[in-house]
Amino acid sequence: MTRTAPPPADPTKEQATTSAALHAGTSDIRSLITRNLRQSGIYIAFVAIIALFAILTDGVSLSPINITNIVLQYSYILVLAIGMVIVIIGGHIDLSVGSVVALTGAISAVLVIQRGFPWWAGIVAALAVGIAVGVWQGFWVAYVGIPAFIVTLAGMLLFRGLTLRVLDNISLSPFPAEYQFIASGFLNGLIGGQGFDAFTLLIGAVGVAGYAVSTFRTRTARITYHQPVESFPLFVARIVLVGAVVMYFAWQLAHARGLPIVLIILAVLVLAYGLLTKRTVFGRQVYAIGGNLSAAMLSGVKVRAVNFWIFVNMGLLSGVAGVIFSSRSNGAQPAAGNMFELDAIAAAFIGGAAVTGGVGTVVGAMVGGLIMAVMSNGMQLMGIDQSIQSVVKCLVLLLAVAFDVYNKRRANASR
Amino acid sequence: MDDDYILEMRDITKTFPGVKALSDVNFAVRRGEIHAICGENGAGKSTLMKVLSGVYPTGSYDGEIIYDGQPVRFSGIRDSEHVGIVIIHQELALVPYLSIAENIYLGNEVRGRSGLIDWNKANAKSARLLAQVGLDENPVTPVGELGVGKQQLVEIAKALSKDVRLLILDEPTAALNDNDSAHLLNLLRTLRDGGITCIMISHKLNEIISIADRTTVIRDGQTVETIDMRDADATQDRIIRGMVGRSIESFYPDRESHPGEEILRVEDWTVWHPVQDRKVVDGANLTVRAGEVVGIAGLMGAGRTELAMSVFGRSYGRNISGRLFVSGKEVRTRNVAEAIDAGIAYATEDRKKYGLNLIQDIRTNVSAAALDKLAQRGWVNGNEEIKVAEGYRSDMNIKAPTVMSIVGKLSGGNQQKVVLSKWLYTDPEVLILDEPTRGIDVGAKYEIYVIINKLVAAGKAVLVISSELPELLGICDRIYTLSAGRITGEVPVHEATQESLMALMTKERELVG
Repeated sequence: MTRTAPPPADPTKEQATTSAALHAGTSDIRSLITRNLRQSGIYIAFVAIIALFAILTDGVSLSPINITNIVLQYSYILVLAIGMVIVIIGGHIDLSVGSVVALTGAISAVLVIQRGFPWWAGIVAALAVGIAVGVWQGFWVAYVGIPAFIVTLAGMLLFRGLTLRVLDNISLSPFPAEYQFIASGFLNGLIGGQGFDAFTLLIGAVGVAGYAVSTFRTRTARITYHQPVESFPLFVARIVLVGAVVMYFAWQLAHARGLPIVLIILAVLVLAYGLLTKRTVFGRQVYAIGGNLSAAMLSGVKVRAVNFWIFVNMGLLSGVAGVIFSSRSNGAQPAAGNMFELDAIAAAFIGGAAVTGGVGTVVGAMVGGLIMAVMSNGMQLMGIDQSIQSVVKCLVLLLAVAFDVYNKRRANASR
Repeated sequence: MDDDYILEMRDITKTFPGVKALSDVNFAVRRGEIHAICGENGAGKSTLMKVLSGVYPTGSYDGEIIYDGQPVRFSGIRDSEHVGIVIIHQELALVPYLSIAENIYLGNEVRGRSGLIDWNKANAKSARLLAQVGLDENPVTPVGELGVGKQQLVEIAKALSKDVRLLILDEPTAALNDNDSAHLLNLLRTLRDGGITCIMISHKLNEIISIADRTTVIRDGQTVETIDMRDADATQDRIIRGMVGRSIESFYPDRESHPGEEILRVEDWTVWHPVQDRKVVDGANLTVRAGEVVGIAGLMGAGRTELAMSVFGRSYGRNISGRLFVSGKEVRTRNVAEAIDAGIAYATEDRKKYGLNLIQDIRTNVSAAALDKLAQRGWVNGNEEIKVAEGYRSDMNIKAPTVMSIVGKLSGGNQQKVVLSKWLYTDPEVLILDEPTRGIDVGAKYEIYVIINKLVAAGKAVLVISSELPELLGICDRIYTLSAGRITGEVPVHEATQESLMALMTKERELVG
């Protein structure tokens, strides 16, 4: 066997093709549009649905009061959807969250309403119970190795049963005013305003400024690392667009009742979990496990621990949703939270999560949840029958996933 | 007789959005020959076969297919099977829980007069087909209980059941050991003599030399040439030249060997099968020194992968006993994370199943095993991560526009480079490479060998498991042979030949098995 020097590579050619490819990502408008269309189909659908209902309801759906209502009515589903999308990215499912919402709300109601504990003790207890539920389910899924579908199906029955037990089969009501304030309270008139709430506008402006600064810093960092970035006009256009949407939203809220407390809670959670999933080791490991379990295991990911914490987190967020829901309904009912899990799961899937795991985003799940919220709300405003509403929601879920499947097939065919 | 073509594909052009996969390909197969197709990964071999078998229907490509003297138009794979063209894909399409007979007649069931399936008849017919392909198994055996070699034979029996006249095999021996490969190649000769024409896609040039009547070489979506293998100059070198467009005078790059300190020592290592009551690895001892490439040769089922994975954080087996030293210090790893910390890396033999997250990008895969290095208090530095991945992309010559490219869309060779990048980034003392060049083309293989040489030059220890003996002989300093879980020999490479290794690899088989 003769041994000779390796054939020389051609570095110049390689570099040329690389920079050409980077360039194509930023300047070729057509590829930019088609690529973004594929990725952001969900956002376009969202805008289309908002527009559709704005027309159908003669603008009522965009009125300040109604926008406030949507936020208040669906906040707990959105909170659940944050946890659910993480569960789904990890390749699992959680069918028990509706029952957990009921149980945590019930515990809180029993303590605060029946036993006369202070309102914050109810919140602490609800969150603690949520975490305990997560520990229980995480144990079975992660350390015993039972599929999450089975564990949480059992959990759905178990926690519903415990709810009935705790409540003795009766509804409890009402909560003290402080507790009710969580779901129906507003920050209003803190710094005045003529017929509108200046504070809400200020918070909106701070949010937009924060967004602009953080995206600008990301962009600068990417440039330092020689990464492709969108062209500067496009970058500015994006910030202006986001800013306009947020400020319009804030303007509408300011002309209704001010800034809802739940919106603040929700915003904090979305921001925190958005970062958790994208920027932390834990978040990356969740994606790795869902994408290829064996490969993750052989890359040193402590799969059991990650799965365990996924469920603990879901339990905690179920507790948060339980507090918000019990506060909003001003009490605890044995049947509370029924079918919430399905809304949360639908939100994650409409928002682009993959049934097989490994794909999905918190922001996507929020948009998915809001699509359903806007539709339900719009149909209610139009006085459409509950049964038709169900049919329409189910079709949207099917179409959203079909669109996703179709796109993936096209993407695969074109390689 | 020589111009009696069973198949002619004329001016086939197939484009995908943005890519011309085939461009005016002409390809003709004579009746009753074994016709090999060679080309690097991504050259267009599989696309051509998909055009032929109707996976890409008429109308989705330009050009003409003449089969048996008639122009044909296939709108799906059923149409091509109807005229006797059957394709066997590299990834076998058998249902593991169904029996051999059920698999053979899947979608083509043997019906009795009542319209129900006549299993007696199906089993009897299957038994005849199995005899024809030389597989001594009961037709009611579930396919999942058979090895890959036998499954391949079941696929061929299935093709025979469809009255195949033109059989297409995509890399039929890629996953087979030498014995099974030899059996399969003999079977193809028998089928040819029985009048069945074969098209065989293969990367194994020695097989092509020994079996093919003619060979067509494809490069970058175009036919380079069709070689008559009876010609005196129909050599491996000529085929390689055609495939890569340049001449590689050696498969194996040059390296000077300067072994240093001992890096890995495995003592009296015994591993039990996770569920069955038997030892998979039995009292193995081995060492690897810095700057040394050590090979493990063994037939399928000898326990090579099991040995490697059990050393790598006990990721295989139970009741593992024995001692493990890295750089002279004993390590007791309980899981993969600890093994990585101890400086061990293991690149799996099945990169798609165990090595990569195919739905994610190069960047995420490269950082997957060493995210902690990029993170401060749990926060990943995304830009640093991209920089690291970009570094490996250019160092390893990973052919992809950016590190944001999805790994599942890369070719096999480039995927393997991503796997290697991932493990290099963990900065290991010893790298265990399990079948590092399986299913990748000649050019990429060479690049992998160059990477291995760079590693040992930098003082790493490399342990290579391979089914291809010439590869072990070409890149290793020392070779251990493994048979039925026992180390049966340790040979310096200059004393080893394929024959002497094979003798050691089959030693004790009779005694133990």
